[in-house]
Parts: sequence; C-alpha cells; structure tokens
Amino acid sequence: MALNGVDFEIQPGEVRAIIGPNGAGKSTFFNCLTGVRHPSSGRIVFDGVDITGLPPDRISQRGIARSYQITNILPNVTALENVRIAAQSRRHAWNMLRHHGAFRDLLDEAAAALQAVGLLNKAEELASNLSHGEQRNLEIGIALATKPKLLCLDEPTAGMSAAETRDTMELVQRIAKNLTILIVEHDMPLVMELAHRITVFHYGEVIADGTPEDIQRNPRVQEVYLKT
Amino acid sequence: MSASGPSDDLLVKVEDLHAYYGKSHVLHGVSLTVGRGEVVALIGRNGVGKSTTLKGIMGLVMARQGRVLFEDKPIAGMPAHRLARLGIAYVPEDRRIFRLLTVLENLRTGLDRSGMTTTRRQALLDKVFGYFPRLAERRDQAGGTLSGGEQQMLAIARAMMLEPKIILLDEPTEGLMPRMVSQIKEIIDALHREGVAILLVEQNVPLTLECSQRVYFMEKGEVRHHARASELSVNDPVIHQYLGV
Repeated sequence: MALNGVDFEIQPGEVRAIIGPNGAGKSTFFNCLTGVRHPSSGRIVFDGVDITGLPPDRISQRGIARSYQITNILPNVTALENVRIAAQSRRHAWNMLRHHGAFRDLLDEAAAALQAVGLLNKAEELASNLSHGEQRNLEIGIALATKPKLLCLDEPTAGMSAAETRDTMELVQRIAKNLTILIVEHDMPLVMELAHRITVFHYGEVIADGTPEDIQRNPRVQEVYLKT
Repeated sequence: MSASGPSDDLLVKVEDLHAYYGKSHVLHGVSLTVGRGEVVALIGRNGVGKSTTLKGIMGLVMARQGRVLFEDKPIAGMPAHRLARLGIAYVPEDRRIFRLLTVLENLRTGLDRSGMTTTRRQALLDKVFGYFPRLAERRDQAGGTLSGGEQQMLAIARAMMLEPKIILLDEPTEGLMPRMVSQIKEIIDALHREGVAILLVEQNVPLTLECSQRVYFMEKGEVRHHARASELSVNDPVIHQYLGV
C-alpha cells in the first residue's frame, strides 16, 4: 500500500509543499492527483468537480498541470515548440489537426510561457541543446502553457547546482503570484522560504500539516527525518 | 573541515570528483578519504549525491574530472571484477540479490574464485552464517523469496565472501524494521572489529553516529561539512541543518 487514507485540502492561491522521507508516497500522491494512477478508494475533488479516475488528459483540461521528477520534454523540437504544443492542447481536440499558423495567438501564449520561465531568448533553440537547469525550467513552462489553476512540481530542483536551484526558486516565487502550487522538494531551506503550508508524508500517511514554523517545531517530523 | 582522516594509512582517497547524469551535473568536486579499517559515513538528504559518490568509486558512473585512489593507485575506469579483486565490495541500495539463485548460490558468486581452498570456503561460510543465522536456516531458499531485511543481510554476506578491505554500503537500513536495523548495526560493528573499512551511506542518524568514526555531510553534490562522529549528537545543529526539517 503506497497511500493509506490521505486527507488533504489546498486553497486557491496557496503554495503548499509536500515533504517526507524516501518512499513516503509523495510521488504516488501526485500520480493520483494527475490521473497517472487511480486510487483504490477515496475521492479527489478539484474546483468542485469529482475528478477521481479521470485520465491524465482530462485532468489536464480541468486545470491541473505537473512537472516530473525526471525531465520530460520533447528534445528534438525547439523550446518554443515544446510550449506551443502544450498551449495548443487547450484548444478543441479537432483543432489539433490544423496547422498552428491558423492560431496566431498560440504563439503569443507560448512566448508568454517561455518568458515566465526566463527562456524567451532560447525560444528557437532545440530543447536538447538547453542546459539541464534550462530543461527543468522548460518543463515548468510546458506546464504553464496549459494555463493551469493548480501546478504540481515534483522535485523541480533535482540534479541542479546551488546556483540553478536559487534561480528556479525565484522562478517558482514569481509564477506563484497567479497560481496555486503544490511542490515536492527535499531542499528544506527552499521549502521553508517558499511554502505557506507544509504537509508531511510518512509511509503513505499524512503525519503533520501546518505552517513552516509548525512543521519545524513538530517533534514527530524531526523523529521521522532523523530516524530517532 | 573540522577533522581529517588518518593520512598515514589511507585506503581510499576521492579527489575533486565531478560526475554527470546526462546533462545534470550531480557531483561538484567531492573529496573524501577512508582510512584502513575505518567506518566513514556519508550523510545528507535525498538526491544530494551520496549514492553517486559510491558509484563513482565503483566506476558505475564516469568521473568527468577528479580521481579515485585505492591504496594510492588510481582505479578510475577499472571494471568491477578488478575492483573486487583489489578488495572493494559494493552493496547497492537495491541489493541486487540473484532472485532465482538460492542463498548459498548467491554467496558462492563471491566465494568460488581462484586461490580458494575448501577449508577457507567453509570457514568463510561458517563465519557469515554465524553472523546471520537466518541465512543459514534459509540457505537452500531462493533469494527472491527472502524478506527485505534478509535480502539486505544476504547482500552484505555476499560482499563479505570477497574478504574485502572495504565495503561500500548504500543505505542498508532503508525500509527495514527497527529489529533489522539493530542487526545491521551489529554487523557493521563486527566488520569494523575485523578491520574491514566501510563507507556507509545512511539517513539513519543514531545508527550512523554509533557505527562510524567520521561523518561527511553532503548537499547539492558537494561535501559541505566533515566531523568526527564522537563530536556529534543527534540533536546537533549540524545534523539538523543537513538532515532535519
């Protein structure tokens, strides 16, 4: 059992971090939220609508986007194409068959998403030529281009240097102004600075939930982290 | 650096190791030493490069820069079997038990090598079965049917078959029950008494502080701090900074 009776709520505009040791169920929780996995029991309600059991594309249409722990981009097209395709996914399904030139505003939307993640100057660069940090940020740009209400970020700074981590953190803070964000992250200083609230998972259960200060003061959380 | 290892009797020396996974620069110049017979711990959060450092020593990830010396000789690029013959054993986090082979057959993969006499083989087997009576009971059972804790014991026992000078031990207590954790601690202590060096990657703080002589703290692919285990306590601010919340 990967998740066991998780109760979780997030308010619009909130930045919430999910933390917990290896195997706590954090990624599984993301997978359930985004339709990659379906819960064996329980319900997920998003924006007043029951989305339990919906496939990932339908959940994306409803306004939940995610980035993965392992970079997930189209390496052989440009950065702009990567976000443009994501933006086009918001149009009616039949419109996917039309040439994107038919939707001039799509390119504006795509450019805006690139701008938001600081990659507008790399728009015509093949995604495979971007640095690791840029590729990770492009992935956030792809998620943003779907115009989500809720953005789920799974370890956005994984494999980044300290400097890249700092940049990505500023990026998340910038985009958080207009979005609800759920972030899984191991970098504690980053989590403490970024999150309004923190939920702590352990062996598939929520063991604590509160402000960063609450969580830092919680002896059970320290116990779980230090294995004392 | 608040402490330094015994430079007179160095077994492993890692110098300025840089490694990448694809484009991701994961080790940013890791340097550390392990003395002969010394238990040294590498601790830090998920994804900071602890396991990658072990893989760098084993040649499982290529170092783009820096070097690894074993008994003063560079070992970069050596295949695993040569490292094993030099006396380096590796117990990866996922244990890599041969699931379809029996416990005894798993052990024999390290035991059946040139220069071994029947008496020595038997003595080694007797020794590990003494340490791990569970494995003796299950010697004819397939490795894949063992519990997680038993598989961890088997992985360590198999490494011991090489009579190594050092064992690289990657999170041996991950996911184990408290009773199993104390057994792992006992075996680390026993290996230490026998003079086997251990480079231990762990997140279990009490175990790490009890078992090891020195501790390296990693963050973002770098060693950020280094201390004698005897100078640290579970409540130490340093421990909290690198592992707590």
